[in-house]
Amino acid sequence: MLSTYRVLDLSDEKGTVCGQILAQLGADVIKIEAPGGSSERSKGPFVSDICHPERSLFWFVFNRGKKSVTLHLESEKGKEIFKRLVRNANIVVESFSPGYLDSIGLGYSALREINPRIIVVSISPFGQTGPYKDYKGPDIVIEALSGYMYLCGDPDRAPVRVSYPLAYGYAGTQGAVGCLIALFAQEITGEGQHVDVSAQEAMSEFTLMAPLFWDKLGKINMRSGQFRGGTSRRTRDVWQCKDGWVAFGIYGGQLGGRVNKELVMWMDSEGLADEFLKSVDWERLDMATVPQEDIDKIEKATGDFFMMHTMAELYEGAIKRGVNLCPIWNPRELLGSVQLGARDFWVQVKHAELGISITYPGSFFKSSAVFPSQAGERAPLISEHNNEIYEGELGMSVLELSQLKEKGII
Amino acid sequence: MLESVFKGINIAEFTIFGLGPVTGKFFSHYGATVVRVESALRPDPTRMWPPYAKGKPGLNRGTFWAHLNTGKHSVGLNLKHTKAASVTRRLVEWCDIVIENFTPGIMESWGLGYEELKKIKPDIILIRISNLGHTGPHSRQRGTGSTLQGLAGFTNLTGWPDRAPAFPYGAISDQYPPPLAAACVIAALLYRRRTGEGQYIDLSQLECSIPFLGPHILDYVVNGRISTRMGNRSSCAAPHGAYRCKGDDRWCTIAVFTEQEWGNFCQVIANPPWTKEPRFSSLRKRKENEDELDKLVEEWTLTKSAEEVMTLMQAAGVAAGVVENTEDMLSDSQLTHRDHFPKVNHPEIGTYVARNDAFRLSRTRGDIKRAPCLGEDNELIYREQLGMSEEEYVNLILEGVLE
Repeated sequence: MLSTYRVLDLSDEKGTVCGQILAQLGADVIKIEAPGGSSERSKGPFVSDICHPERSLFWFVFNRGKKSVTLHLESEKGKEIFKRLVRNANIVVESFSPGYLDSIGLGYSALREINPRIIVVSISPFGQTGPYKDYKGPDIVIEALSGYMYLCGDPDRAPVRVSYPLAYGYAGTQGAVGCLIALFAQEITGEGQHVDVSAQEAMSEFTLMAPLFWDKLGKINMRSGQFRGGTSRRTRDVWQCKDGWVAFGIYGGQLGGRVNKELVMWMDSEGLADEFLKSVDWERLDMATVPQEDIDKIEKATGDFFMMHTMAELYEGAIKRGVNLCPIWNPRELLGSVQLGARDFWVQVKHAELGISITYPGSFFKSSAVFPSQAGERAPLISEHNNEIYEGELGMSVLELSQLKEKGII
Repeated sequence: MLESVFKGINIAEFTIFGLGPVTGKFFSHYGATVVRVESALRPDPTRMWPPYAKGKPGLNRGTFWAHLNTGKHSVGLNLKHTKAASVTRRLVEWCDIVIENFTPGIMESWGLGYEELKKIKPDIILIRISNLGHTGPHSRQRGTGSTLQGLAGFTNLTGWPDRAPAFPYGAISDQYPPPLAAACVIAALLYRRRTGEGQYIDLSQLECSIPFLGPHILDYVVNGRISTRMGNRSSCAAPHGAYRCKGDDRWCTIAVFTEQEWGNFCQVIANPPWTKEPRFSSLRKRKENEDELDKLVEEWTLTKSAEEVMTLMQAAGVAAGVVENTEDMLSDSQLTHRDHFPKVNHPEIGTYVARNDAFRLSRTRGDIKRAPCLGEDNELIYREQLGMSEEEYVNLILEGVLE
């Protein structure tokens, strides 16, 4: 869909997802790495746990479908080459500290002089302006300052972050939308602009309605362990079963009445629904007014039922009966998903240099018109496309390239 | 300066709950005419979700719905009425994009499948967001993000290693489809500009979420390792956690990755003798003795407010951040500076907190207006936009087609 657009991706792990989404949508994305390789390549895990820039699984996942050239941006010659690339590009994505590109003369205002259509997407912890703009913002800090972390974890211990970094993946996703809005505007006006993305603001989306409870009712929502937070009744969402955990919730009414009734019928078919459970009018069950005691009774019987079954049994039954229950899976279990298999979600990607083939998560969309452009492609090696871009496009000679290499510019 | 980039782009939303509506919000903030097609007989349940204005429920009083639907229009239409088809036909002719997130099969039951839409409007862009996608054996399985985040793998990664997973607040997997759907739609608009062709895009919440756990999944595929929840710890930093501070349930996160940061950290806490002990002299050693380390760090943080800890650490180049609760969040100086939570005024709710996008465009400002009351824009859309005559409009109301 975006095959006519070129993106120069200067970002590290904080902005890399933005360029990847654009690549999946068909854009021609060139990652510009420092000579020796981007710092993103030092993010683990690594193939066979060998820490090496060509073995980073993080790099593999988020740079599929991009090309790689190396360039020392701080050198005069490097700046000149970058500016030549900017002339024919639509978008630059960067995630340096706010102000860094300006300080080396490559900020938005300088690039605009070269190409008025250029869009610069800056992804940073807190945005390009404001009191925190120079603060450090690793994932845990963003999860804290976005208000999300306070809402997660067991009440008797510290709030917890998700044990996998989420903030920058999400900031990159939001950045892709901002970038595309700017691209649409570029088509109309012929002018580019600067897109300023804040990971703190992106992550704060995860707090959903929690801030409204403070704004309207003066109520601070708390973390509540395995239970749903922010509701007037204590209801469980994470349940133990025979061999693991499942996610399920009692909702009643329009949202869950039918599902809850189905579950009781299922339990009854195994002789495990008590009289109380069978007497509940699920369609009319209002979670705001039902006594907590009733919920506890329902949950006791439900929990006993789950404990008698495995995750696989419960998921199979849930699918058969249309019950909104999911096992709490790990990657091994996820790879076995029948649904993902039937939709050809996973893709096999060859890494000839390593002599292996790796199963990757596939495209996030399916379209009737165009196929995701990067099916089967692996992430680029360091400087893999130097010749294609510098020689083929910028017309540099072999001699020139080898001189630049000697000087550490490419 | 281009104030409304999507001016002239018309969107019909057949949506419910969060995924569809949040997708539409990116367009209503930037000048598109986004119409939610609703029914008072079968309203979006989210319209009735708390918190309500002044604690009093009502279809137009739920602040969460109002939060999710800023800048949109609303029309009332009874889709189950036999005469609804003539109205939907005109809506589809009028619009560029249809966003829908019902369970697969429902749009078809209203005669609004892709093939039908295409017959009415050949270059229509249809984006469908569902739980598990529109094909495959489980496509009709209904669900919510609260359970689906378990399937995707997020729940297993949240909480303490010695305990059951903690429920990740809200639903992590609900967050990914809306921006990804919006990105697809804008890309499809650009494609249509170039080729004249529309398209149908099928998004599954599960497939939108999984790629973000890619390295975690590949670690299993390639190395056979299944990493799991680890509280607040990180394999490449120590200290790395949320530390209790002065006050009631006050916490500040601190993350020390490099030896230089460790040196700065020690200086901020005034170099107590324990920081010089060999058991903390390298990242590897700090990881080995992390329980004791965390206790000692917390002894210091307990003497300070969370805000002081953050300010002192950040001033010394050490990553730290207050674990903000919702009260902190709404008064956070950075979010306030960036006007992340603008206030808007609604006729039934009064003033409420809306949400800005996570990006600011230097030349194209987003405009965040209040959400509509149900059916508020019937006249504007049916009469002015679709060109219904007064007689027809009145008759359709009397017959119960328009609500």
